Amino acid sequence: MTIQSRFGPYGGRYVPETVIPALDELAAAYERLKDDSGFRAELNSLLKDFVGRPTPLYFAGRLTEKLGGPRIYLKREDLCHTGAHKINNTVGQLLLAAEMGKKRIIAETGAGQHGVATATAAALFGIPCVIYMGIKDIARQELNVVRMKLLGAEVVPVSSGSQTLKDAMNDAIRDWVGNVEHTYYVIGSVAGPAPYPALVRDFQSIIGREARRQVLESEGRLPDELVACVGGGSNAMGLFAAFLDDQVSMTGVEAAGEGLDSGKHGASIERGQRGVLHGSMSYILQDAYGQIIEAHSISAGLDYPGVGPEHSWLHDEGRVRYDSVTDAEALAAFTLLSETEGIIPALESSHAIAWIVKHAEDYGKDGVVIVNLSGRGDKDVHQAARALGIME
Amino acid sequence: MSRLEELFKGRSKKALLMPYTTGGYPTVKDCRQVLEAFIAGGADMIELGVPFSDPLADGPVVQASTQQALDQGVTPDDVLQLASEFTSRVPVVLMIYYNCVFAYGVDRFVEAAAAAGVDGLIVPDLPVDEGEEFIDACRARGVDAILMVAPTSPDERIELIAGSASGFIYCVSVAGVTGARTSLSEQLPDFLWRVRARTDVPLAVGFGVSTSEQAAEVARFADGVIIGSRLISMLDEAPDIGDGCRTIVKFLKEVNEVLN
Ligand SMILES: Cc1ncc(COP(=O)(O)O)c(C=O)c1O
Repeated sequence: MTIQSRFGPYGGRYVPETVIPALDELAAAYERLKDDSGFRAELNSLLKDFVGRPTPLYFAGRLTEKLGGPRIYLKREDLCHTGAHKINNTVGQLLLAAEMGKKRIIAETGAGQHGVATATAAALFGIPCVIYMGIKDIARQELNVVRMKLLGAEVVPVSSGSQTLKDAMNDAIRDWVGNVEHTYYVIGSVAGPAPYPALVRDFQSIIGREARRQVLESEGRLPDELVACVGGGSNAMGLFAAFLDDQVSMTGVEAAGEGLDSGKHGASIERGQRGVLHGSMSYILQDAYGQIIEAHSISAGLDYPGVGPEHSWLHDEGRVRYDSVTDAEALAAFTLLSETEGIIPALESSHAIAWIVKHAEDYGKDGVVIVNLSGRGDKDVHQAARALGIME
Repeated sequence: MSRLEELFKGRSKKALLMPYTTGGYPTVKDCRQVLEAFIAGGADMIELGVPFSDPLADGPVVQASTQQALDQGVTPDDVLQLASEFTSRVPVVLMIYYNCVFAYGVDRFVEAAAAAGVDGLIVPDLPVDEGEEFIDACRARGVDAILMVAPTSPDERIELIAGSASGFIYCVSVAGVTGARTSLSEQLPDFLWRVRARTDVPLAVGFGVSTSEQAAEVARFADGVIIGSRLISMLDEAPDIGDGCRTIVKFLKEVNEVLN
């Protein structure tokens, strides 16, 4: 089977001709290796011993009690090495890059989690690594910038445009166009030109495969609902993919920022139109002339005016519901989870928590919901402390 | 044969000169003056860019010009209007990113370009595999869909691209984004021979060409030379628009001397 490049009308490869041969090369390498027993064995061993998988499916008893709704389980991607789901993908892609003989690694990052995960995997494989990051994100995710540098990566500040993830991705693509023969570009979400959306989904799908097995063990049945935050959409696709053929409802939570009507949000599916950004057709935030509109979110990882093409398709098909929560709601959920469960979540993941807080009463007490806790909140403590008035 | 192809085939020069600038840069009014300077300098055709918020095939110089135009609210309609004021005097091709075409409506945009008298459209992020609707619309309206080939394109892709090309083929001189470079790639002649062997459509070379020496070198192997970032830098560095335009006229005349 060849790798999926279109999801309904979405996806494709809208990139300069210069990199098309590299996308062909990547697709061919992935096609050849993805079911190769040696490659799989190596990947599984890295996921187990380096990443720390499987991650627990944790029954959040106090949160469940507090909300008085369904039984809430947290898929603990925050317990992955480096603190978020991003490493599932970077370990897989670095293994590919090494197999393909690539000599240099580049990546874009927003929250810095993908940058840290890429720098980590690059260190593990001994390949030099350059990370592009918007200067606005460098300021709000300082911890991760230091981590990347400690891991030996070069962090290139991006000062163009909105100075966030979108612009970091532009510069990473520009770098790739110029160095395509020996450089491997590690895209951090289910976005970008084909084959990345399918490839990143596959590497992240371990989340849902584990969660499905774990929930069957603990509940003896499938859950009623899956909830995950959606920036580009990799943690959500990773959780959803294994359940798409089941009778399980799913919700992707986008960033409503300061409110959908404020114009300052990251809700590409709810408020965007079809268009092309960073190599694929999907829902994007744009004006009537197709100029990309800056997104806004308190969480750098959701501060992106696009979304992976498969999500746009799952939306149109009605298979997944997409909703959004505001900065304030996410911040309240950040505090709530910290205090009730002793888990400080990433601000991105706090959006998923906030959604179930808002909707718990839609489910009976015997309902079962899995929330993807995509990352831990260490990187966000300064920003949260300022927003909550704990610190100047 | 399209008007552009006829222009290439009927030329007496070694290669045609095609200067690039960003539509609406530094302002819509001053951009008119820049286009006049292109004509005064002996441009055989003009490439005009439609500003886009996320120009991922462009280097820093074109990016900054694009942002400045956008900050003044320049739209694709403004650039079409600007083009229409010149198309009776010199052939104009527009460079536009695909999302701007898509948002406008593919057929509607090509129709508007045709109505403005534009001869060709270059969409740097629309490879031939994704371009069917666009290429069909161009054919239907008598506008050349100018396709790009890169040094990284294998022979099979060059054949695929050549099969849909008209007007000229835009040969990207190096794997990279737009921007002046101190030297041309050593592989350029081999690359151009690979393309030449697979098509009769004229070949123009752009990305990185910034001096008359480089233009002369390119003219040995190609039918057209595209110069962009260097010209925009001249405007950036000049004390005022009149001065910038004079520098451009002088430079283009020098380039033309080596092309004649
Ligand atoms: C913890 C965490 N969750 C979610 C995201 C959003 O990305 P995605 O939607 O691809 O999962 C990020 C991105 O930086 C992140 O760091």
